[in-house]
Amino acid sequence: MPPPIAMSAAAPARRPARAPGDLVIRIEGVTKLYRMGAETIHALRGVNLKIRRNEYLAVMGPSGSGKSTLMNMLGCLDTPSAGRYDFNGKDVARMVDDELAEIRNREIGFVFQTFNLLPRSDALHNVELPLVYAGVRPAARRERALGALRNVGLGDRIHHKPNEMSGGQRQRVAIARALVNHPSILLADEPTGNLDSRTGEEIMALFEDLYEQGHTIIVVTHEENIARHARRVVRLRDGLIESDGPVA
Amino acid sequence: MARLFQELVESVRIAFGQIRANGLRSVLTALGVIIGIVAVTLMGTAINGIDIGFNRSLAMLGEDVLYVQRWPWRRVEDWWSYVNRPALEVETAERLNRVIEATPGSLLEVAVPVATRGTSVRAGELRLAGVMLFGTTGDYARIVTTDVAEGRMFNAVEASVGRPVCVLGSAVAENLFPSGSALDQQVQIRGELYTVIGVLAKQGEFLGLFSFDNQIVAPLNTMRRQTGIRANLDLRVKVRDKTRLAAAEEELIGAMRRVRGQLPGERDNFSVNQQQAFKEQLDPVKAGIALAGLFITGLSLFVGAIGIMNITFVSVKERTKEIGTRKALGARRRTILLQFLIEAVSICLIGGLVGLGVTLAASLVLATLLPALPIAFSPGLMAVSVLVSILTGVVSGFAPAWGASRLDPVVALRYE
Repeated sequence: MPPPIAMSAAAPARRPARAPGDLVIRIEGVTKLYRMGAETIHALRGVNLKIRRNEYLAVMGPSGSGKSTLMNMLGCLDTPSAGRYDFNGKDVARMVDDELAEIRNREIGFVFQTFNLLPRSDALHNVELPLVYAGVRPAARRERALGALRNVGLGDRIHHKPNEMSGGQRQRVAIARALVNHPSILLADEPTGNLDSRTGEEIMALFEDLYEQGHTIIVVTHEENIARHARRVVRLRDGLIESDGPVA
Repeated sequence: MARLFQELVESVRIAFGQIRANGLRSVLTALGVIIGIVAVTLMGTAINGIDIGFNRSLAMLGEDVLYVQRWPWRRVEDWWSYVNRPALEVETAERLNRVIEATPGSLLEVAVPVATRGTSVRAGELRLAGVMLFGTTGDYARIVTTDVAEGRMFNAVEASVGRPVCVLGSAVAENLFPSGSALDQQVQIRGELYTVIGVLAKQGEFLGLFSFDNQIVAPLNTMRRQTGIRANLDLRVKVRDKTRLAAAEEELIGAMRRVRGQLPGERDNFSVNQQQAFKEQLDPVKAGIALAGLFITGLSLFVGAIGIMNITFVSVKERTKEIGTRKALGARRRTILLQFLIEAVSICLIGGLVGLGVTLAASLVLATLLPALPIAFSPGLMAVSVLVSILTGVVSGFAPAWGASRLDPVVALRYE
């Protein structure tokens, strides 16, 4: 079992950005319209974005900037009204529901602000869930879920239910669940939003570690000190990308 | 395929976790199904019982006996064309038997004249009214469907010379001679004394209308000579092979026309009846009763189904966010549909099995308390009710499960 990962509350030592790899995400001229009664809301007005393998990216912006819409798009929970979205070279903009579910299952690991664990299932079964939907047999499923839980330092908590764990532990379970099917990207939506700052730092340290292991991480947040952990920050305003560059 | 199987296992797991977590709610919902299934299966049991009683009654008429009579066993519109038909006589039977004997390979065995009338009978101080008196020949023993429990049937000689002997139905024997055997005792029919030479085995009621045990069989010649009454006479014809009843009926009609000397083109001036005709008359009535009964009890099952549908809607609403999470993790529409469908079916199936148990217990109790009631709890009924409960779950769970499967993951994830 690997030693527990960086539990230090101190600001992590900055390591240089790793060399980015192949293109994972290519978004070109993506717009998204919502109809709210008689009104049409332009959530995204033409966004261009490229994300490469082994990037650590923060998406920032005030509420109403289109941040959530972009996240849903990146997570293949939603499709653009217009524009092009290629994920690993596959055009997902025109995919139907079940095809998107397949992409989410294999390519995307979600980490939510509210953890979104199944309350009546223990940690192990929560982590197994994406593998259930991938059709992995029980024995292999258990093996992989155990590995993922050990990887986030919860090898001794596998039979705890969510309400028997602390917020930080729950988010670690969620991260293990996100990673268990070896996705191309880890997509985290305000991952520290429901945690105290100390626990939040622990989670960010875990992300740092995962990035070092070679994962591609996208964190959506409105907190500057969370975004600082990333290597690249994309700022949105009024449905457009305001700035896109390395962390200062 | 492997994926579908894993999803199914997961769905069953979720369903039972859900049922356990919402214990009271699940019990109350299942109760609706339990009541529905109990009502439907009890009704099915009753209908089955009616059927069995009905067939038992029909068997009393004899499965291999055709009845030659003036009137058919069905309602007739043009009664005037039947009233003037010539009466059947003992000689008709004799001539018919000669035709049968002269026919090589005949499907018919023997024709027996049977005169029927109601009478009262007396033995000592005891008097019994409303007894069916059958006057017949020695051949009656060949067509009778009942065993002789005690003694014997009268023989051809006794019948033709008209000896004053008789055979009693079991109810008559019991009522007139409550304290001992009826054999060799004397009974008085319309002022004449008859010696009892046999008692028939117990048969039971015919369609609950009258009892076949309430009969006396005596030689026709004795009856004729002693009472001088004109009884209603018909012929009973035994068939050699009951699997060829229709062909035998054809032959009988032809033989009767020869006996009657009817010309081609002339309408039969007699009717050939068989138990099948009864069946045809009563089957629609039976089907009507069954349909009405199942419809009414089906309503209670319908109410149970609405309960299931309601609770599944609630379940979907409560777990909207969970549905969103599952979809984000890769659950497809099919997966979500199956999850809620299996939940609804599980409750229904549990309810159905409990209901079946209740019905089984109830019919056992009923059978013990009222042994005369023909109750039939068949394995077929069990299979049908299990099937019906699964179907109820599928039908009532489908709309909410379909709605859940179509939820937009973005909307579902945002739901609080």
